[in-house]
Amino acid sequence: MGRQGGHEVQQTAGKPGGIGSVPALLRRNATAFQAAPAYREKEYGIWQSWTWAETLEEVEALALGMIDLGVAEGDFIAIIGRNRPRLYWSMVAAQMCGAVPVPLYQDAVAEEMAYVLGHCGARFVIAGDQEQVDKVIEVQAGLPQFEQMIYLDPRGLRKYDHSRLHQYTHVQDAGRAKRDELLPEIARREAKLDYDSTCVMLYTSGTTGKPKGVVLSNRNVIETSRSSSEFDDLRKTDDILAYLPMAWVGDFIFSVGQAMWTGFCTNCPESADTMHTDLREIGPTYYFAPPRVFETQLTNVMIRMEDAGRFKRWLFDVCMAHARRVGPDILDGNPVSQWDRFKYNLGELFIYGPLKNTLGFSRVRVGYTAGEAIGPEIFDFYRSLGINLKQLYGQTEATVFITAQPDGEVRSDTVGVTCPGVELKIAENGEVFYRSPGVFVEYYKNAESTADTKDAEGWVATGDAGFIEEGTGHLRIIDRAKDVGQMADGSLFAPKYVENKLKFFPNILETVVFGNGREECTAFVNIDLTAVGNWAERNNIGYASYQELARHPQVMDTIQSHVEEVNASVAQDEMLSGCQVHRFVVLHKELDADDGELTRTRKVRRRIIEEKYADIIAALYDGSKEVSTVTEVTYEDGRKGSISATLEVRSAKIAPVATRMAAE
Amino acid sequence: MLDQSEGYTTADGRKIGGVVMEMRNITLRFGGVEAIKDISFDIREGEIRAIIGPNGAGKSSMLNVISGFYVPQEGEVWYKGAPRPSMKPYQVARQGIARTFQNIALFEGMSVLDNVMTGRLTKMKTGLWRQALWKGAAESEETANREVAEKIIDFLEIQAIRKTPVSRLPYGLKKRVELARALAAEPSLLLLDEPMAGMNVEEKEDMSRFILDVNDEFGTTIALIEHDMGVVMDLSDRVVVMDYGKKIGDGTPDEVRNNQAVIDAYLGVSHD
Repeated sequence: MGRQGGHEVQQTAGKPGGIGSVPALLRRNATAFQAAPAYREKEYGIWQSWTWAETLEEVEALALGMIDLGVAEGDFIAIIGRNRPRLYWSMVAAQMCGAVPVPLYQDAVAEEMAYVLGHCGARFVIAGDQEQVDKVIEVQAGLPQFEQMIYLDPRGLRKYDHSRLHQYTHVQDAGRAKRDELLPEIARREAKLDYDSTCVMLYTSGTTGKPKGVVLSNRNVIETSRSSSEFDDLRKTDDILAYLPMAWVGDFIFSVGQAMWTGFCTNCPESADTMHTDLREIGPTYYFAPPRVFETQLTNVMIRMEDAGRFKRWLFDVCMAHARRVGPDILDGNPVSQWDRFKYNLGELFIYGPLKNTLGFSRVRVGYTAGEAIGPEIFDFYRSLGINLKQLYGQTEATVFITAQPDGEVRSDTVGVTCPGVELKIAENGEVFYRSPGVFVEYYKNAESTADTKDAEGWVATGDAGFIEEGTGHLRIIDRAKDVGQMADGSLFAPKYVENKLKFFPNILETVVFGNGREECTAFVNIDLTAVGNWAERNNIGYASYQELARHPQVMDTIQSHVEEVNASVAQDEMLSGCQVHRFVVLHKELDADDGELTRTRKVRRRIIEEKYADIIAALYDGSKEVSTVTEVTYEDGRKGSISATLEVRSAKIAPVATRMAAE
Repeated sequence: MLDQSEGYTTADGRKIGGVVMEMRNITLRFGGVEAIKDISFDIREGEIRAIIGPNGAGKSSMLNVISGFYVPQEGEVWYKGAPRPSMKPYQVARQGIARTFQNIALFEGMSVLDNVMTGRLTKMKTGLWRQALWKGAAESEETANREVAEKIIDFLEIQAIRKTPVSRLPYGLKKRVELARALAAEPSLLLLDEPMAGMNVEEKEDMSRFILDVNDEFGTTIALIEHDMGVVMDLSDRVVVMDYGKKIGDGTPDEVRNNQAVIDAYLGVSHD
């Protein structure tokens, strides 16, 4: 992009010999930025912070202690816990030892964890707290390679057998005590790290089958961190809030890759529940969230506005209407009349400014959303407030970045232009392929899948179907390539396309559309308990459970009207007009990752849902008015139970298809 | 000061110390009603001691005798090796005894943090004027006490509601805040009056874990009253069973479970 990064140290860029590993970046930062804050964490109600120099000392002490414990080069070290500076340091310390960090999803159940630990053969585990330690202990019998575990939070662990357990600070103390003796060993191991050595291994959540270990090299991580930091002009004074799962590639790139490259500060919330308060206190300048987070926040704002007085509501409505009209243009630097600008500034004073402050977005300079499609209303809402929210498209296999929206070219229906250094091509069946410096090395111990995904020339299949828009060069994604199918009459079936349209309604949390190879489409719907529950409260509708609310006739009516609206909108698209939803049910339970119905990143697992709810799907197609079903559920502590329910099957109006036959 | 009679070791390997508090032939009457009839038992250092019994058995009265709120007509309460004179509640608090209440007694209009800070009152020495002026000793004292309060907030995982007024919290969380306030006093003996009443299974599990963690982490001796037999049996080291003001059983959960008098009290036989 030709834009220069904010500071002088980037001069070393492009010279692989200069800085070839993450630990080397840390050493550079400890010298170049010294007393600038590197990591912060809220603890005991106060933000504790560590400078770059202190971070290096902490990481090095841990690395020394780990070598003392017997960590060897090439070992895999699993890291499990919520976002905390000490766990980020564990990753860099592992790299210093020549080992490979493998962050795991902290909400994974013990068996899922056992698979990953067994697959990579982790000898060491670094766990955040008792909960994670317990899970590893539960499955350790089946893990012959597993040797030692280091834990952060000693609470509740005092009475545990400590023959294989070590407290994090004790490991660091042991490392500090042997500093003189072991420092040369660290230096020797670090010197061996280069652009081609493995930086990190991340397991993809996998919508089908077992998770795969994606091996990323230092080249992948450092090159993409460099080019993406330059693309968005990230600065060392930036702040981010690290709250997304550490096992997810995005978090690794933002909180380790870009943070180390640019030298900005990574802030960790006090606990998962305090995220919104902490967000507001930190006021990040660079922010990332999946669409779901933006949706939830918008829903909360709207619910609270409903409770506000009449004058406030009026002021909010007037200001937001104006913002929607001119806000995005002002943000993109397009010409806007002086009078409109003046009114917008007034709105900023009374509504936009305070609202952004409440949401914690006052300082956001670059904001991204990705992972799923975002509703145009939601996207426009944030942009009209003056928040520079953009979309990007990426994958673990690409070290995140494939396409991103440059400032001034932001739209809700595309995912942007190719990132620097990335090439794109679209296969005949519509599948998107890319090639870039970020392309992963391999799937660990899975040459077959590697060969299926990446060809000899380095082109990687995304598994997504899409097209490049003529004129703008922006990429548009339609659906997962394998989910795109055909209806019985040969027309295109793209479930995600319809599901996204449905999910844009605040009342609908999740939905699954069926219809591949069939005459017509049908759908499962999950209501959003926050939004619908609030509506119920407002209208004096009593309910005892999710299930009861979900089958309330008025709720069914509302959902039906949403489905019909979507049908009307789908009918406009001649390619996909066959995907209108003919019949639907509102499910009696929320689809849940614990039941295997969603991935940990909350993507729908179609095959599993199709099998599990075969009886309901049958009812959707055989014309019955209702269906009785019994479903097994898994509680958070792993116990199983079942819920039975009778669901009403509704039919929705089908909109007439807009025909443009002349084209054919 | 402690009674040096030897303690015992629990099934999970915890060392239980000498007797901290002893009830000697306690009888408590309200007019003509004998709420407690000639009951004796002891509480040892570091143990979780439960008092159970059907409704109206006299459990809460017993806890109020332990806390010094009720003065029994007959019998003595021995605390740390000496008979305890009748005392005001604040004097009891200074002796290192803290409690929670069955029907929650928090300051509803105050934030969670302020409620927890009230638990520190016995530790604060500066007077009204100094605190109002917020200078010198008053300031450093508040900082030190706030630190203790924050550690307890962290321990009980209520960071997210730190600044929320108590009146806006659901019942289960209020119970947890009450426990936090009791812990803020850094008690050596913690009295819990039906800590799990009215909770659902998940909340009960959380609360049980916190009670065990408190005992484990701070070595606090805990005496609790509870209705839910399952919870009591899992949680406590020794159990006193009361029925109609009398003690009908005392021992480990297993002993109590197999005690015929206890089974009768819970399953119901006709009383003469």
